[in-house]
Amino acid sequence: MVELACQISGIVKSFGLNQVLKEVDLELPSATVTVLMGANGAGKSTLVKILCGVHKADIGRVTLFGKNFAPDSPSDAFQSGVVTVHQTINNGVIPDLDVASNLLIDRLADSSAGFFIRKEKLRSEARKVASTMDLDLDITAVVRDLGLADRQMIAIARAMTRNPKLLILDEPTSSLSANEAKRLFKLLANLKKQGVAILYISHRMSDIRAIADRIVTMRDGKISGVFEGASLDYEGAVTAMLGQKMVHAKLQTQQKGTPIFELRNAKLSKYSNPFDLVFYKNEIIAITGLLGSGKTAIASAIFGLNPLLEGEMLLHGEAYNPKSPADAISKGIFMCPKDRSTNAVVSDFDITNNMVLPFLDRHTWFSFLKSKNLERKSSVSISELGIVCQSELDLVTTLSGGNQQKVMIGRWLSEESEVLLLDEPFQGVDIKARRDIGSHIRQSSNERATLVFVSELDEAVEIADKIVVLHEGSYAGIFENKESNILDILSLYSGKSTKAAATATERLNG
Amino acid sequence: MNIRSFAIRYGFLLLLLGLVLFFSAVAEGFAGPRSAVFIFQSVSITGILALGVTATLVVDGFDLSIGSVATSALMLSAYVMVVLEMSAFMAIISCLIMGAFVGLVNGLLIVKARVPDLLATLGMMFLLIGLQRIPTEGRSISTGMKLPSGETAEGVYSQSFLWLGRHRLDFFLEDLIPIPVIIFILVGIFIWLFLELTRHGRLMYAIGSNETATALAGANVNKYKILAYVISGITASIGGILLSARLGRGDIASGNNLLLDSVAAALIGFAVLGAAKPNAFGTAIGALFVGVLLQGLTMMNAPYYTQDFVKGSVLVIALIFTFALSSKGRKTGH
Repeated sequence: MVELACQISGIVKSFGLNQVLKEVDLELPSATVTVLMGANGAGKSTLVKILCGVHKADIGRVTLFGKNFAPDSPSDAFQSGVVTVHQTINNGVIPDLDVASNLLIDRLADSSAGFFIRKEKLRSEARKVASTMDLDLDITAVVRDLGLADRQMIAIARAMTRNPKLLILDEPTSSLSANEAKRLFKLLANLKKQGVAILYISHRMSDIRAIADRIVTMRDGKISGVFEGASLDYEGAVTAMLGQKMVHAKLQTQQKGTPIFELRNAKLSKYSNPFDLVFYKNEIIAITGLLGSGKTAIASAIFGLNPLLEGEMLLHGEAYNPKSPADAISKGIFMCPKDRSTNAVVSDFDITNNMVLPFLDRHTWFSFLKSKNLERKSSVSISELGIVCQSELDLVTTLSGGNQQKVMIGRWLSEESEVLLLDEPFQGVDIKARRDIGSHIRQSSNERATLVFVSELDEAVEIADKIVVLHEGSYAGIFENKESNILDILSLYSGKSTKAAATATERLNG
Repeated sequence: MNIRSFAIRYGFLLLLLGLVLFFSAVAEGFAGPRSAVFIFQSVSITGILALGVTATLVVDGFDLSIGSVATSALMLSAYVMVVLEMSAFMAIISCLIMGAFVGLVNGLLIVKARVPDLLATLGMMFLLIGLQRIPTEGRSISTGMKLPSGETAEGVYSQSFLWLGRHRLDFFLEDLIPIPVIIFILVGIFIWLFLELTRHGRLMYAIGSNETATALAGANVNKYKILAYVISGITASIGGILLSARLGRGDIASGNNLLLDSVAAALIGFAVLGAAKPNAFGTAIGALFVGVLLQGLTMMNAPYYTQDFVKGSVLVIALIFTFALSSKGRKTGH
């Protein structure tokens, strides 16, 4: 038996009333890659944040090589040898500095470092780091000019300079190409040989097959399965991750209505294949795919932000070419954008004004706002969606993330639409809010076509009638949302086995 | 409501009330309708300019060119009447068009050419200060002046134009309220109605808070931003017209303080009623606050050169009210 690097026992963590981790027990052996799978909101990132010193556990304890480990801060965690590469790449690199400074930034920040920078020494050390990582980069280049994948590799290389004993990687391949991912796996294999314990968070089946020694699945704040041994039970792991939810999802087939919206010969990027899609009334379609798979391109085209590269769009059988979001909205095409804090929430406004923002012109008398109307409108949405607040005049920023998201969803549900686009509607919301939002979208969907853009597959499974999978800018397949299709979807999602997809698509279209 | 939120909400108004009471008790002749009207008159032009700046602050912009737009309007109106010998109506219309045009250019520079607001309007300020001197080779404009061509300017300020700056309406007392005060109040009411009660104003506040979100809610963000600068340009030219009508000549050296005073009034306005954001009512109160303070101090024989120091101090205190005391201010802030 290998040495145990880290033992987590009985960790409980709550944020307010929301218990995110419910007694998590987990062992991380040295020289082993442990893959952690879990749906959005399962508690993965909270667990990671406890390990890397961002949050503190309420109850429970963590030991590192037998010693108590309760880091006060991220730097405390590094010093103990727990190094984390976070999902948001830009936290890992400083865009204005060159590659060499980025790789060695921790040494620069060290108070024992000299006052002046010795450029040559810095560069030669950085070259050493880069070569151990197989990082083929000009180390004098400024990070700002590099692509996402290079930045990600730099962030990972930077983590290496800290001599980790436990390395945590949070979805490190989400912006890497297949080749770059291979380089990363090679590196991880090296580290494993050196005895480093690796906790690897990912949904990509191809990653998991490539490097996992063990798979641990989390669901609803608990460990729901541990899979180890010579041959890993991947399907079992996926079921353990999604399992309960598959049953939860209301999968009665809806009677689909008349076709509302059509994409014909649509091309998302230069090298992708054109495809057709039809969206029907009373139908919820999930469009899934990894980062960069083209979800955003479809949503922006339909909402009038960017035209399609090629192809045409039809609304009720007539050509539809929106010039702007305003144009799209006036034709009954609504979009609830992703990343609500940047794209949706007006933080200086109260709930009411956030809710009615796109429709102010529908509540005016010679441009003067009828504020009573607005308030009535928003209090209806508040009660329908179960938004927890004091009154409809609360500042939106006083609400929790899940409730803010409900306000944003409510904004677009408050008026009738032909096509409703929801881009990552479950981003950063807890399970409860997610269910509320999901069921409300379902209940209100009779008179429109609803498109939900999600990168987490289980969210698609939870809400959709049909699931469209995109892969690297191309259409990869469309499936009925049935349990029997899940594994096909999953493999297609990570870019494997297009054969299964082709047959499934045939079945559906034929 | 606890003491802290009470202080944030009403602190500045109480301070204003306290000042009025203090000066009424200490400075002889401070309390009374004539003195009150004098205060209004002294702040009416800066107040009008400040209301325009408020519109640009609402969309999270800034207009540094207002002072120079006002002085350009001063020179332009004088030029139109004295040199070109045209009517008061033509003078007013050309000033308003000039203000709107400058605002439009500012807006286009910011929206289309993507020049940062402070820099675009700083450039415009410089340009206008220079431009207004060119037609008369840097001289002030008055009847009988020598023109660059060697002729003498024969035109005069029309009486109806001067009426705008000098006439006083009867209000209980004879000849009490000057026209500029009426115009200040009207512009204030208009800007207040527009920003607070119309959907256009609401969308402008939304743009100031989160531009991307407002665009994705279907608003034409660029149009509203340009509109804000056009409003600012027009109000600044109104200020310039009134200044011209008061002076009765195109004085090249007038209006130096207009920019700083009006920006200060708009920023002081953040603190009124704990708004922590630009607002028309606050701006008007901010302008009055400065007026009350200066009038009171003048009546107590404070020397004129302390005025800027006093205004600066008031501004700093108001900014502390806005940003340090109110937690909301911490997230906003220009």
